[in-house]
Amino acid sequence: MLAADGTPLKASLARALRRQKLRALMLIAPLLLFVVLTFIAPIVDMLWRSIENQLVPETLPRTVEALKDWNPKSGEVPGEAVFAALAADLQIAVKAKTHTRVASRLNYEQPGIASLFRQSGRKVKRLEEGNYREQFLDMHDGWGSIAVWSTIKRFSGDYTAGYFLNAVDMENTGDGAQFKSEDQQIYLFLFGRTFLLSVTITFTCLLLGYPLAWLLATLPVRTSNLLMILVLLPFWTSLLVRTSAWIVLLQQEGVINDTLVTIGILDDNNRLQMMFNQTGTIIAMTHILLPFMILPLYSVMKTIPPSYVRAAKSLGATDWTAFWRVYFPQSVPGIGAGAILVFIVAIGYYITPELVGGTDGIFISNRIAYHISSSLNWGLGAALGVILLGVVLIFYWTYDKIVGIDNVKLG
Amino acid sequence: MAGLPPYASTGQRVWYYTFRFICALLFLFLIIPILVIIPLSFNAEDFFTFTKKMLALDPEGYSLKHYRDFLTNTDWQNALYNSVRIAPMATLLSVSFGTLAAIGLSQSHVPFRGVIMAILISPMIVPLIISAAGMYFFYSRIGLQGTYWGVVLAHAALGTPFVIITVTATLVGFDKSLVRAAANLGADPVRTFFKVQMPLIVPGVISGALFAFITSFDEVVVVLFLGSASQKTLPWQMFTGLREQISPTILAVATILVTISILLLTTLEYLRRRSERLRGMTPQ
Amino acid sequence: MKLTKLFLGAATAALCVSAVQAQEMTIVSWGGAYSKSQLRAYHEPYMAKNAGVSIINDESAAEAVAKLRAMAEAGNTTWDVVDVVASDAIRLCDEGLAMEIDPETQLAPAPDGTSAADDFGDLMVSECFIPQIVYSTTFGYRSDVAEWGGKEPDDICDVFDLEAFPGKRSLEKRPINNVEWALLCDGVAPDDVYSVLETPEGVDRALAKLGTIRDSVIWWSAGAETPQRLADGEIVMGSTYNGRLFSVIEEQKQPVKMLWDWQVFDLDGWIIPAGLSDERKARALDYIYFATDTQRLADQAKYISYGPARASSAPLVGKHADLGIDMAPHMPTDPDNAKNTLLYNYEFWADYRDDIDAKFQAWLAK
Repeated sequence: MLAADGTPLKASLARALRRQKLRALMLIAPLLLFVVLTFIAPIVDMLWRSIENQLVPETLPRTVEALKDWNPKSGEVPGEAVFAALAADLQIAVKAKTHTRVASRLNYEQPGIASLFRQSGRKVKRLEEGNYREQFLDMHDGWGSIAVWSTIKRFSGDYTAGYFLNAVDMENTGDGAQFKSEDQQIYLFLFGRTFLLSVTITFTCLLLGYPLAWLLATLPVRTSNLLMILVLLPFWTSLLVRTSAWIVLLQQEGVINDTLVTIGILDDNNRLQMMFNQTGTIIAMTHILLPFMILPLYSVMKTIPPSYVRAAKSLGATDWTAFWRVYFPQSVPGIGAGAILVFIVAIGYYITPELVGGTDGIFISNRIAYHISSSLNWGLGAALGVILLGVVLIFYWTYDKIVGIDNVKLG
Repeated sequence: MAGLPPYASTGQRVWYYTFRFICALLFLFLIIPILVIIPLSFNAEDFFTFTKKMLALDPEGYSLKHYRDFLTNTDWQNALYNSVRIAPMATLLSVSFGTLAAIGLSQSHVPFRGVIMAILISPMIVPLIISAAGMYFFYSRIGLQGTYWGVVLAHAALGTPFVIITVTATLVGFDKSLVRAAANLGADPVRTFFKVQMPLIVPGVISGALFAFITSFDEVVVVLFLGSASQKTLPWQMFTGLREQISPTILAVATILVTISILLLTTLEYLRRRSERLRGMTPQ
Repeated sequence: MKLTKLFLGAATAALCVSAVQAQEMTIVSWGGAYSKSQLRAYHEPYMAKNAGVSIINDESAAEAVAKLRAMAEAGNTTWDVVDVVASDAIRLCDEGLAMEIDPETQLAPAPDGTSAADDFGDLMVSECFIPQIVYSTTFGYRSDVAEWGGKEPDDICDVFDLEAFPGKRSLEKRPINNVEWALLCDGVAPDDVYSVLETPEGVDRALAKLGTIRDSVIWWSAGAETPQRLADGEIVMGSTYNGRLFSVIEEQKQPVKMLWDWQVFDLDGWIIPAGLSDERKARALDYIYFATDTQRLADQAKYISYGPARASSAPLVGKHADLGIDMAPHMPTDPDNAKNTLLYNYEFWADYRDDIDAKFQAWLAK
C-alpha cells in the first residue's frame, strides 16, 4: 500500500511517528535540561559529597603513600619514613593553609586532631632536616598516638563510607564497622522518631480528614463547594502564617492557656506546656497537612456511587455494616493516596519542628540543617540527606504504583 | 446521606447530629488558627494574646500600629521588596518551561515518558531540606549561592511540577479533533496552537502560574540556605522573627498574607468553574 | 498575552535593580540590639563621613563560617566586613577564609600613641581578628519569685539548686558553657574543668549534673529567647548574653537581676573575608580603621552594655545615650562583676565541639 506521495504507507507512518516523537521531545527538552541543571545536578552533588574524601589524599599525598606499609595492629607508631613524608606534606599545606581543613575533616573522626594539626602547623616551619620522628614527637604528644595514625590511614582513600557509617551511629575503629556506644547514638534514634512522628501525624490526619472528606463528598454540590473553601484556605495559606498561628495559640502565655485560665479550668501557675515538645509538633503539623489528606480522599469518595450503600441497607445491612463492608473498602485507594502523600511531606519537614518542636519534637531534617550551617560537617549532612531521600523515594515509588503520579490533582 | 430520611430512628437522628457537630468542630480546627491571628494583628499592645480591652471590644485596645511598623520598618520593607522581585521571575521561568513541556508530554507518543515524568515531578517530591542542602552545595560550586539568580532558578525548579500537573490536566480533556478540524480548514500549526489550543489551556496555565507563584512566595527553607541578606524574603523575615524577637508585626504580615491567599483562592475557583464550563461546551 | 507583558516588565525591572550597586558595602552582623548599636556608633558616622558609601546589613553572622566557605568555594565573596565571635574568626583564619590584619599599619593607634597591638593586648586571639567587644554569657533571674522566700541566687550553683530556687530556667541548646558550669557545681576545681571534659567520663559527669535539673530547663537557640521569657515570667532564671539582660533590666524595666558568678567571657569582632578585589578590600580596611578606633569602641558602649576591647576605650565609657545611666557598672569587665570568670576556651572547643555536641544532642533528644 502506498501513501499519496508514493512512499510505502508503513514507512510513511513510521516517519510521521518519528517526527511526532521528536516534536514531543523538543517541547520537553528545555524543561528537562532546566530541571536537570538546577535540581538533579544538586542532588547528585549531594550524593557525591556524602562519599568523597579527596581532601585527605590531596593534602597529605606523601604521608598517605608512606602509611601504606604501616600496620596499625603492630602497636607501634610509624617510622621515620612516614614522619619525613608528613613533614614535607605539612610544609606545603601550611603555606596553602589547607592543613587546618584536613584537620577539621579528621577531627570528625577523632577529636583532638584539629588542635594537633593547628599547633604543629605553627611549628612546622622550624623543623630541621632529618630525625623527623623525634622532632614531631617533641612537638605534640598526639603524634605518638596510634589512634591518630590509624585514623589518618583509614581516611586516606579518595572515597569513604565514614559519613554513612556515622549517619547510622556506627564507626569503623579498624576492626570493621560497629555501633557506637549507647550515649553517642543519635541518628538512628532521630530517624526512628521522625518516622514515628510522621506516622502519628499521618494517622491523626486520617482520623480527622476521613469524616470531613466523607461529608464533603455526600453533601449537595453547592454546600460542599462552600465548605471546601474552609479546606482550601489553609492549604493556600503560607506555612509560616499557620505556624505563627499555632505559636499564638499554644504558647504558655498564648490564647488557649489564657482562655483556660480565665474560665478557671487551669490555675495560672499550671499553664499547659503545649509547645516546644512533641505535642506542639504533632498539633501544628496535623493542621498544616490535613488538606493533603482531605483532597485525595475527597476525590476518591466523589466517585463512589451512593446507590451501593443504599442497596446494602435495603438488603438489611445496618448503617455500620453498610459503611464498613461496602463504603469503606471503596474508599481505601483514597486513604492510601492521602496517607502516603501526608507521610512523605511530613517526614522531610523542617520549619515547623524547628519553631515549635523544642528538643523532643525535632526531626532528622533539623539535624541535617545543623550540620550544613552550624557544625559544617557537610559530608555527614549529605549522608543523612541521602538516607532520608532514599526513604522518601521508596514511598514515592509505592505512591506511583498505587495512584500514579499522573493522577495527582491540585485544588 | 445528603439529608436525614423521614423514617430515621432516634439513634440515627442522634448520630446524624453528633456527626454534624464533630464535623463542625473539625472545620473550626481547620479555620480558627487562621482567623485568630486577624484580630490579634490589631492589638494595641505588643502582646501575642488578647488583652482585656480587646475582649471588651474597647476601641482603645485596637490599633493599626503593627501595620504601621510593617510599612515603615526597613527590614520588613526590604523583605517585601525581595519577595516581589523573586516570585514573579521564578513564576515566569516555571510557566514558560512548564507549559511547553506539558504540551510535549500530552502528545500521544512520548518516548521514555515514565522516566521523564519522574524527573520533572521530582522537585515536588524531594523533601525541601534535601533540595535546599543539595542546591546549597552545588550552587556554591558554580557561584550562584547568595545571588538573586540562584534563588530564582531554585524557586523556578520547585514550581515547574505544579505547572506541568495543572496544564496536563487541562490537556487531558482536550478534544484532538479540534486541531484536525483547524488544520482541515487551512490553519498552520502555529496558528492552530494560538487560536485553538491556547484559549483552552489558559486556565491551566494560569492556575499553574498561581501555584508556582505561591510556591516561591511562601518558600523559606531553600532561600534560607541559598540566599544572602539581599535576597531576604518575607517568609524568611517571618522565620527569623518567630525564632528571635516575637513581635506582633508578624501577625500583621500574616493577616496580609491570608488576604492574598483568599484572593488567589478566589481566582483559582473562578478559573476552575470557567474551564469546566468551557469543556462542557466542547463538542464530543 | 497581557500576562506575559506584565511578567516581562517585572523581569526587566528586576534586572535593572540588580545592576545599580556601585558603592555598596555589605556588613554582616547579628541583628537586634547589637546591630542597632553598631549602626549608631559606627555605620551612621561612617556614612556621614563617606557620602558615597551605603552600608547593607546582613544578619547572618551565626552562619558566617558556612556561608563564607560556600562563597569561597564559588570564588564569589559578596561580604565585605563580617562580625564574628572569636572562635569563628580562628576557624576562618585557619581555613584561609579571612585575611590577616597588620595592627601596626591597618588599625588606628590609641590617642596617646600606643600601638593598636598593645591597646588590644591579649584579645587579638587570631591574626585575622580585630576585637570589638568583650561580652559574657551569664544568668539573669526574676527578683519577684514568691517561692524563693526573699532569697536571691548569688552563686552559679543556685542554678542547679531546685530546692532553694524552684522554677523553670533556660539554658542554651549546646554544650558550650553548660558543661563547664555543671562541672564547677559538681565539685570540679576551676583549673581542672577542661582536663576533666577531655575524657568521656567527664562529659558523662557534666551531663549527669545537667540531668538533675533537666525537667526544669527550657533550651534556647536564639539570644533573645531568655530575655523574652524572663519578661513573660515563663522562666525564673536563664542564661544569655549580658547585653540582652541589660536591655530587659534597664530599658524595659522588668524585675530582673544579674547573676554574674562564673560568667563566661567571649570576644566578638571583625574579620575581612580573604580574596576581595583591591577596591573592596581598601574600602573594608578604611571602614575597619574607623570603626575600631578608641572613640568608636567607647561610643558603642553608649548603646549596649558590652565592654570595649581596647584598653584605651575604657575610661571613655560614659552614660547610656538614651537612658542617661552610668554604663561602667554594667560592663562584664567591671571588677565587682568579674570576681569569678571563665574565658571561652577556644583551643579546647575547636577540638571537642563536634564530639561533645553529638553526645549532648543525643542526651537532649532522649
